Amino acid sequence: MPLLRLEGVSKRYGGVRALEQAGLDIWPGRIHAILGENGAGKSTLIKVISGVVAPDEGTMVLDGNEVSFASPAAANAAGIVCIFQELSLIPELSVADNIIISNPPRRFGLIDRKKMRALAEAALAQAGAEDIHPLSLVKDLPLSRRQMVEIAKALARKPRLLILDEATSALTASDVEKIFAVLKRLRGEGLALLYISHRMHEIAELADECTVFRNGRKISTYKAGTMSDDAVVELMIGREYKNVFPDKNAVDRAQQPALDVRSLSWTDRLDNLSFTVRPGEIVGLGGLDGQGQRDLLLALFGVLRGCGGEIVVNGKPRRIDSPQTAKSKNIGMALIPEDRKTEGLMLPMTVRENLSLASMPRISNMGVINRSAEQGMLDKMIELLAIKTASPDIPVGALSGGNQQKVVIAKWLMNEPRIILLNDPTRGIDVGTKQEIYRLLHRLAAQGAAIVFYSTDYDELIGCCNRVLVMYDGKIIRELAHDEITEHALIASALNLETREAAQ
Amino acid sequence: MKDWRFWFTEQRGTLMAVAIFVVMFIIYTSNHPAGFSVNVVQTAANKGVLLAFVAMAQALVVITSGIDLSVGMIFTLTNCLASILVTGTPLQVTFGVIAVLLAGAICGAINGAIVIFGRLQPIVATIATGAVYFGLALALRPTPGGTVDETLADALTGKLFGFLPASLVTLLAVILVVWVPFRRSVAGRAAYAVGSSEPAAYMSGMPIKRAKMLAYTISGLLSAIGGLFLTFFTYTGEAAYASGNAYTLFSIAAVVLGGVSLFGGRGSAIGAVFGALAFRTIGDLLFVFDFDPLWQPLFQGVVLLLAVSISAFGLLRVRNRLEWFG
Amino acid sequence: MIAAVQKFSKRFDPAVVTAFGCIILLLLVGSIYSRNFLSPEYLLQQLKVASFLGVIATGMMFVILVGQIDLSLPWVVTVGAMMSSALASYGTAGAIFAIPFGIFCGVLIGLLNGFGVAYLRIPSMIITLATNAVAQGLMVVYTGGFSPQDSASPAMRYIATGSIIPSVPNALICWIIIGSITVFVLTRTTFGRSVYAIGNRERAAYLSGLNTRRIVMLVFAISGGAAAFGGVLLAGYASKAAQSMGDAYLLPAIAAVVLGGTSILGGRGSYLGTVAGVLLITLLQSILSVMQMPEFGRQIVYGIVIVLMLLLYGREKRLR
Repeated sequence: MPLLRLEGVSKRYGGVRALEQAGLDIWPGRIHAILGENGAGKSTLIKVISGVVAPDEGTMVLDGNEVSFASPAAANAAGIVCIFQELSLIPELSVADNIIISNPPRRFGLIDRKKMRALAEAALAQAGAEDIHPLSLVKDLPLSRRQMVEIAKALARKPRLLILDEATSALTASDVEKIFAVLKRLRGEGLALLYISHRMHEIAELADECTVFRNGRKISTYKAGTMSDDAVVELMIGREYKNVFPDKNAVDRAQQPALDVRSLSWTDRLDNLSFTVRPGEIVGLGGLDGQGQRDLLLALFGVLRGCGGEIVVNGKPRRIDSPQTAKSKNIGMALIPEDRKTEGLMLPMTVRENLSLASMPRISNMGVINRSAEQGMLDKMIELLAIKTASPDIPVGALSGGNQQKVVIAKWLMNEPRIILLNDPTRGIDVGTKQEIYRLLHRLAAQGAAIVFYSTDYDELIGCCNRVLVMYDGKIIRELAHDEITEHALIASALNLETREAAQ
Repeated sequence: MKDWRFWFTEQRGTLMAVAIFVVMFIIYTSNHPAGFSVNVVQTAANKGVLLAFVAMAQALVVITSGIDLSVGMIFTLTNCLASILVTGTPLQVTFGVIAVLLAGAICGAINGAIVIFGRLQPIVATIATGAVYFGLALALRPTPGGTVDETLADALTGKLFGFLPASLVTLLAVILVVWVPFRRSVAGRAAYAVGSSEPAAYMSGMPIKRAKMLAYTISGLLSAIGGLFLTFFTYTGEAAYASGNAYTLFSIAAVVLGGVSLFGGRGSAIGAVFGALAFRTIGDLLFVFDFDPLWQPLFQGVVLLLAVSISAFGLLRVRNRLEWFG
Repeated sequence: MIAAVQKFSKRFDPAVVTAFGCIILLLLVGSIYSRNFLSPEYLLQQLKVASFLGVIATGMMFVILVGQIDLSLPWVVTVGAMMSSALASYGTAGAIFAIPFGIFCGVLIGLLNGFGVAYLRIPSMIITLATNAVAQGLMVVYTGGFSPQDSASPAMRYIATGSIIPSVPNALICWIIIGSITVFVLTRTTFGRSVYAIGNRERAAYLSGLNTRRIVMLVFAISGGAAAFGGVLLAGYASKAAQSMGDAYLLPAIAAVVLGGTSILGGRGSYLGTVAGVLLITLLQSILSVMQMPEFGRQIVYGIVIVLMLLLYGREKRLR
């Protein structure tokens, strides 16, 4: 009998069908991977199972009994524990407090701190994170340590079903190894594990069986290893999948670089970086997550203080001390930020207001908005990027993720930038929009823009970039050009393997 | 070795407030004509304790990342109520005290209910409830008056063993009996969690509603203790709008001086107490230095302005400008 | 039918509609108590009284729109009143500059607030509290502890009590002018868009290249200037300033803005709503006085009405 069986589960948010008659069987002692595009319903499925949201219809049967959870606490009590993508840690509380967050040991009605600390230390050890001090505050820990705390917290609850929602994204390679060892051991002890990830090689190593979701429905369940990656991707997107990247432009190497970075440093996160980008070139930033790629983009855009080194734009050294300076006509930079919901858009404001936000001087005279000029530029952008919106005056929060990202990009294109920085622009975007963005970048480069492009997706780096700079620990350790850019080369240099081998 | 370092960093705000207060108080007593004498300490204590209770009340709400603009009015209301009820036979006096404390707790609970179940923002909700509480105070005491049991009043505002101010002892007792157990309880920890990150607290299954409700209710109770003490000092009840308003605003200043973050999740009511005592002492410093009392409000204002600007020095260490924004 | 209602509510903010509905309700209730309530003279009188609060609330609205609060309002109002009266007593030269000087003092305090909030990142609640205390201290020193002796200038009295258009109070005209400028700024200028953007999400506004710090500082300067101008008007109305004259305006100003549908968290709200909120509060206070309700009853009703109205449309979303 499966540990947990879902049948006919549906959930709607307004007009959007997040889950539609979804079903799933989870068996104890097995690791079950869930795959699907963003918006396929994976997150909603997890939220239903772990009690965060209530389904509109459908049943959940745990150990043969029908259950429904009124809250995450109720699900926890039933032995279902979830590690979410957005961390559920309380920043101002200690690690020990966070690990033993519910039902702490008590003495005379008050929390028994000594016992709690001992339990926390045991959980940290179980997760292989003994280096974390239980009294340190979560807000003082780097992201990878916080994720380890999350995992320790989940394990401390002695779950029967453990759910991981992209929980390894910020971990170092050695952490991931340790965690996998722990998970495999727990599987042997009878734990059921539900694992959502986009990383095919992780799934290949860990999973016993896989289920693909698309548009809120379960498409197929199969034993791990019985389907090729391409076939799986086809299931995920529902049509024949071909790597459609536009051909790359030839770059005139005789031209003066649009961007010339010399010995850029910042605290301990960026170390003596030097590189150039010519007009029409797309340069990618590769490497493992958290090696300074995002910081580099922020430094170029004027957000970081105390940078050493020099940034030369079109032959002239420039001091960029704010995004306002960076986007000015002399410098002409644009940054598509990491998180569109908190850094790129004002969700309650209209599409129109969001689109004009970065280019207000262009559509106004002496501070007064020129409505017809604004409308003209708006129409042009909406057409150019094929932004699907009922009208420019609805809140941008009502648009789909892909269209929201298009609004962010359009916002910056309205400013006619010459240097475009992109911080993982296709994360959480559907495949169709991704293709449109690749074609757009290609066209922008052909028109002479210099593009710096950080992505966690190897296919994108291989398909779009003329050159890739692989970063490790804040330094550029390898530059791959044209045909050198292969998945093998990217992974090898990301893990700094070649340097290590040479050193040995 | 490492353990106490963590405790130290966590209590940094409170310890800073203690330090500021000690420094202020030393300057005060060394320049006071009567020096560090029992009477000087007692007068200072009596004045400071009133604000300390209201500051503690404010701290509890601020920790949950709320704000309570009605604390001064609960203070005033309970003062007026006490001037009616806390009098007569010992039994009546006892019931009177209980009733006054209960009234404060109920006011706090009403605030909590509106914020939790009405889902209104605390700042506007407590502006409105503050008006209601003041109205009730005015209804009870249209003109200043009333009485209070004088033996009880003198006992709690006098000296124990000839030198220890009874008001300070009561303050200490309240901290030990009310604050410390709350801080160490599940609900207390949840209150900090809510102030730090309410979504995360929810996802972790913490008792958010219970924590907030308890915080607001205890806050009302603490304001009531303050109001009771005011009655003991003045022997009357008075519905003075300016005074209540001043206590509300000073409680916010005391809380900030005491290292409690206005964003929630950090700080301690003990810090707020020292913040309040420091704030009161600042005002008294003027008398001691023979400044024209005319300059006292300005002096207090400037000191407050400087004190809150100190946090700006932390900005110098910020390397990523995105940290300016929450 | 449902579609029509939906379309209607998309165009018109439900908060503003509710506020105006309540205004009509109050007018009806008032007319039951007194036949004069709906008379033009009485209504114009109400509008005049509302204008003082209206001018002050306009400044507060800007601050709330960027997600901050200005608790220095009470004494900035008083500073505006006292400083303009002070200059007015310096003879005719002084009288000409009295009004601008009063406003200028308010703007200065506002700039100080704005600098602290935007550049020193001090929470607005606490720094405006501190500047309020400093402003009070300065005024106490200036007046020597006595109530202010200076009289308002004739100009001040004229704009507060005169009527350039027969039977239309000048104060109302001032409010209309300021209100129109505000509506224009908020809806048709880049500054207005920036204000909403910053109130919505300052981080994203910053990353879009807006000079968020300067805009926030300017917003506080506007609030200071508006509050001071309100003080000037009040001094003109009473012919002189008074200690603590601003205290009675802080909570009504905040309440008016919030009752008009502006979110206290910032980023959302229309000026029409603030107008409705100001009228609502003025009418409420006036009805309570017509009913001859004693002060304590007024406070209680005032508070309960605000809570009830906010429960109607000021609620946050559920977490689940």
